[in-house]
Amino acid sequence: MIRVEKLDVAFGHGQSRHHVVREVSLSVSRGETLGIVGESGCGKSTLLRSLAGLERGWTGRIWFDGREVGTARGREELKLAQMVFQDPYGSLHPRHRIGTALAEPLRAMGYRDDQKRVLQALRQVGLPADFANRFPHELSGGQRQRVAIARALILSPPILLLDEPTSALDVSIQAEVLNLLADQREERTLTFVLVSHDLAVVAHMCDRVLVMKDGTFVDELTKDDLCSGVAHDSYARELFDASFL
Amino acid sequence: MSDAIQTDSEMLHSPGLMVRMGSAVRRAFGKLAEEPLGLAGFAIIGLLLVVAAFAPLIAPYDPTAQSLSSALQPPSLAHLAGTDEFGRDIFSRLLYGSRITIQTIFFVSIIVGPIGLVIGIVSGFFGGRTDAILMRATDIVLSFPSLILALAFAAALGASLSTAIIAISLTAWPPIARLARAEALVVRNADYVAAARLYGASRLRILFLYIAPMCVPSVIVRLTLNMAGIILTAASLGFLGLGAQPPAPEWGAMISSGRKFMLDYWWVAVMPGIAILLTSLAFNIVGDTLRDIMDPRHARS
Amino acid sequence: MHDRDASPILSIRDLNVRFGRNAIAAISDVSFDIGRERVGIVGESGSGKSTTGRAIMRLLPPKAGVTAKKMAFCGEEILGKTERQMNRLRGKEMALIMQDPRYSLNPVLPIGKQIAESARLHLGLKSKEALKAARDMLVRVRISDPDRVMGQYPHQISGGMGQRVMIAMMLIARPKLVIADEPTSALDVSVRKDVLLLLDELVRENNSGLILISHDIRMVASFCDRIIVMYRGRIVEELTSSLDKAQHSYTRALIAAMPDARHPVRRLAVMDRQALDNFGERVA
Repeated sequence: MIRVEKLDVAFGHGQSRHHVVREVSLSVSRGETLGIVGESGCGKSTLLRSLAGLERGWTGRIWFDGREVGTARGREELKLAQMVFQDPYGSLHPRHRIGTALAEPLRAMGYRDDQKRVLQALRQVGLPADFANRFPHELSGGQRQRVAIARALILSPPILLLDEPTSALDVSIQAEVLNLLADQREERTLTFVLVSHDLAVVAHMCDRVLVMKDGTFVDELTKDDLCSGVAHDSYARELFDASFL
Repeated sequence: MSDAIQTDSEMLHSPGLMVRMGSAVRRAFGKLAEEPLGLAGFAIIGLLLVVAAFAPLIAPYDPTAQSLSSALQPPSLAHLAGTDEFGRDIFSRLLYGSRITIQTIFFVSIIVGPIGLVIGIVSGFFGGRTDAILMRATDIVLSFPSLILALAFAAALGASLSTAIIAISLTAWPPIARLARAEALVVRNADYVAAARLYGASRLRILFLYIAPMCVPSVIVRLTLNMAGIILTAASLGFLGLGAQPPAPEWGAMISSGRKFMLDYWWVAVMPGIAILLTSLAFNIVGDTLRDIMDPRHARS
Repeated sequence: MHDRDASPILSIRDLNVRFGRNAIAAISDVSFDIGRERVGIVGESGSGKSTTGRAIMRLLPPKAGVTAKKMAFCGEEILGKTERQMNRLRGKEMALIMQDPRYSLNPVLPIGKQIAESARLHLGLKSKEALKAARDMLVRVRISDPDRVMGQYPHQISGGMGQRVMIAMMLIARPKLVIADEPTSALDVSVRKDVLLLLDELVRENNSGLILISHDIRMVASFCDRIIVMYRGRIVEELTSSLDKAQHSYTRALIAAMPDARHPVRRLAVMDRQALDNFGERVA
């Protein structure tokens, strides 16, 4: 579903050139969830933003669903992958009602303004229909993240890119959001790429985990590895030990 | 299933636009009630609007009717603010003058606000060369002393109220554009803008539906705070004889003509002075209050 | 020294905090004792755990109404103290370590000076001695290159280093009680453990009490002797042994909601807030 070859991202020029992602390659099959863990500054978010098309300065090749996508993307290419952001307070426009926020992707893509689809999207993420009239500040963090997920899914993309989707939430809310994501994945056979610093969350959600450090992958762990606490690389082991005191 | 959707959409439309606007207005008034000073500012401006609208009904005399026999009379019950050198009732002239002031403020605002906003957000959102060109242009205009530029314009186009308005507008947009640009620079990096780019919203759509709404409140606040300056510039132009022409009762022009008699007949210059002072003060207070109400970041807790 | 070990450092009875005219109390009827031990306060956002910490330090804004039957620190009532007395107490006798060192350190002062200032203020040292004490303290928090760090500004160091500096600054006066409010949540996973172990070591050495405020019940469980679980401003449970012994439904739900790599589940357990609130009302 996703194939990436030699993706390379660097910011700045000359002396201040900062190599953030160094020629990484990966592939994710349909319905699989790939986790990427690493600490702040390891390049995991930049990698995800490059996949989404938000970061334009990358080199290498990316395929979604067998179709090569470049830095500038048309509507059909954008419809292949959508993203859920970390901060539920920053990812919804503060002056757009929830109904507008959910209708915007449809309008921008040139569909007919479809109230039914908006209400259906709200219901799918477990929110009552009258939330469409509310503003984001009238919602809790968990509810906002549900709306963000609904917005990402309203164009029915086969791929969902998740950037620390629960790290700003309380544990009990995190559980609800993770369950919601898992349900949607099952229902729509979605392919996820989940970026997080929390190994427990990644282990819970993902079939396969890549450990990232200084812009490259240092280790690849399967679900069984995670359950039995096996790590091949010393850094991955260190991360693993630190996550479970 | 269809039934469920039916009731859903009924719920969706149940709080009508009027109800929602009503609740928003009520909320704004609720906040306003906690700020007596702001309320006073709003009251003065409200009074100004009423006076401008009903000047012919309120004014006891014709503002241009001369009566040389009763020239330069001190304030009394017959002439609340005295009379000027032609025997015209200053109070009536002040009332009529408010129309000119309101007109100036209104036109300057509707010219300056949108121009400043658009230049600012375009510059901030697109960045790069667009930003460089627009901002250098802004810098150039900003580096002119506004009164001198207005003078040059008024001199070139001939002295009248409309040239004064154009002249003031030409010099008043740069601060607004700067402010809008600063806001746009912050907003364009927000996650909701990134999300909009991901679902294919066009640049214009992002600019006007996502970025502009976030910049409008601070632009309105800034515009209100600038209003005092605009009133003073308009008065200065009037004082220099480059604004509204006599016998129109422009406040600045009234001070100017009263200047010659000021030492012996103080009210001739002081009365319009008080009007200018009160109005610009009211706009400053209202601007501050609006900032507290509309811009939660600056709100006092 | 040793004969006082048995008496609690901090003793709180029926602490209530209310903000403004708000009808709902932020904290209601919270009572606990802290001895020379490590106690964790666990709860989700809005549970009142941070407010409790700040109420003890008397750092809540003046509009907050704080009442308590008893709030004694080393036998002295805290609520009756003047602001000047509290200033003498804060930093010297009780210290607060906050979440993000980037915001709690002064950005325009070099680190060495900031720690020395704390030593000068609370230990009454001359400036030269204070600087030496600051350097020693940096060595104690295992900063490998103390002389370089002394001259650096807060923005030049990493988060983990910043938290070490914060700990050095707060513990230089050997306070009797240390309150750490989410001391590791802004840090990278790999340095969290080191910071916690360091905090633990210094607190043990000073023989002081530690209140660790956190949302992460597992982390707190592996680290503290006792856990106080808060929900909606009330203490719902106190745990002294392992998490498996948790009785209250909220505590259990909180533990079950956390994903655990070693015990994978297909779906995470979700809290039934309705039932919890009903339960709470019945008790109250």
